[in-house]
Amino acid sequence: MARSRRHPLQTIGLYAALIGVSALFALPLLWMLSTSVKPIDQTQVSPPQWLPEPVTELPRFASENYVTGSKNEQGDIVQHGVLVDPVVNFPLYLRNTLIVATLSVSGMVISSAIIAYGFARVKWRGRGLVFAFVLATMMIPFPVLMAPLYVIFRDLGWIGTFMPLWVPSWFGGAFQIFLLRQFYLTIPKELDEAARIDGCSHLGVFWRIILPLSKPALAVVALFQFIFVWNDFLGPLIFLQHRDQFTLALGLQLYQSQAGNVPQNALMAASVLILLPVVILFVLTQRTFVEGIATQGLKE
Amino acid sequence: MRWRLPEWAVGLLFISPWLVGFGAFMALPIALSFWYSLSDYTILEPPVYVGLENYQRLAEDPVFWKVMWNTVIYAVIAIPLGTIFALVIAGLLNAKVIGLTFFRAAVFLPSLVPLVASAMIWIWIFNGENGLLNGALELIGIRGPNWLGEAAWMMPSLVIISLWSIGQAVVIYLAALQDVPTSLYEAADLDGMGVIGKFWNVTIPMISPVILFNVIMAIIATWQIFAVPFIISLDGGPERSGYFYTMYLYDQAFRFLNMGVASAMAWVQLLIILGLTGLTFLVSRRTVHYRA
Repeated sequence: MARSRRHPLQTIGLYAALIGVSALFALPLLWMLSTSVKPIDQTQVSPPQWLPEPVTELPRFASENYVTGSKNEQGDIVQHGVLVDPVVNFPLYLRNTLIVATLSVSGMVISSAIIAYGFARVKWRGRGLVFAFVLATMMIPFPVLMAPLYVIFRDLGWIGTFMPLWVPSWFGGAFQIFLLRQFYLTIPKELDEAARIDGCSHLGVFWRIILPLSKPALAVVALFQFIFVWNDFLGPLIFLQHRDQFTLALGLQLYQSQAGNVPQNALMAASVLILLPVVILFVLTQRTFVEGIATQGLKE
Repeated sequence: MRWRLPEWAVGLLFISPWLVGFGAFMALPIALSFWYSLSDYTILEPPVYVGLENYQRLAEDPVFWKVMWNTVIYAVIAIPLGTIFALVIAGLLNAKVIGLTFFRAAVFLPSLVPLVASAMIWIWIFNGENGLLNGALELIGIRGPNWLGEAAWMMPSLVIISLWSIGQAVVIYLAALQDVPTSLYEAADLDGMGVIGKFWNVTIPMISPVILFNVIMAIIATWQIFAVPFIISLDGGPERSGYFYTMYLYDQAFRFLNMGVASAMAWVQLLIILGLTGLTFLVSRRTVHYRA
């Protein structure tokens, strides 16, 4: 293979390129982290400093920005800790986001698992055509639908509730159905045919054979849906009305816009908090993630 | 023998949630949107049929053409640049080296950053006075612009942000690269092809279906770009240089309460996306190589 014959100079060049590229991708995140553990006056020095001064005080700076807030010499609070901000209630937004995520993720996994079975294991006329149609709906972007959806949800009395954000998930998603169907097709047909001969119904095959074997694919669907809900901005922006219903993404934007000039270190601390769960989830499930995304490019 | 439902009925039952969802949350909104687009509809009062008036208004609206222009320019710059960038990085990450997991994670992670957080980070980096970017440029003696505060630099800034979040495309390309049979490269070696020759004559044709898929997804995504420019500047920034199609659609619908005009924009958007996708497929017939 060509790779084994790499010239030493090529190897050095390769590593230099890889380190350079990774650094470019990582720097913005590190800068966010760095800003979030500095007192406000140190965020405005030129040239930029990566570590707070003195660096031994880092834990104090961090706890001030994230939790306790900072006081002036008279002991008055001049900047609130992000987690206890009196106007923008991030712990509440976390709770809201988790409620929507739980309802949306469970709905998406359950409904897509059922629908995909109808496309993978039950033979009916027109199945291929309908499946192609499902795939085609992936091309219809949300902005095209958002104005009439608002009217529909308003007439249903759902505006200002979480319902527009999770109810549609219970009717499956095109990409999720595609992903699960592809996975079901890799399960040997002999397994369910044997069960069918023994008198097992389709529901039985689905429940006892397909579902238990599909856990990895179901995990991918759950993971993607969770990330989608966690990151979604436009949906909550349109359908939620009261501050105490906001999700984290919307809360972060409110935080930035409400005071006009939120201190940079506090804003970055808030950004770190919203990003942290995603990073943890990614580190724990890196393989699942990467494999799930790679499937997107696969074609039959 | 127990009585069983016929297969076609079982199949329909299994997919029935999708049928209901499609009807309620896609077909119905699209149909309603067509009706609204032909109506004067300010959401507070019932729609009144006005024919093509909303479309006419858009055609004469300079802001509509501005957002159209911005979106097209963004697509024309960001999609080809992003494709090349993602392919090159995928090529680098396909090498067998130590620390690969780390390199891959570093490239992929930014694509998972919530758009709102990503906007916050980049607003801070692009800050004209204390931003990291201008601080770095100063070290090499360049006085950087006020990136997001100048009309001319808005687009390049947004493209930089989009390149930073390209990780998902990289992962898809990487999977495609690993799928290319090594025997093809060995054959190319025998023919005496160099690295670049192999890339053009083996890699690109073999992964062209995946490139096509990614380009179509990118076209669709471009027409939806919203959160980052919206957070950078609600009204589109200097000379509306950061005002995009979906932002204007949002404003028409939810700020000006002009559901009729918003729906006309939605239909134009839908037709453009379908048209561009169809065109991409047509072009690809000649260029994309599908394995037999």
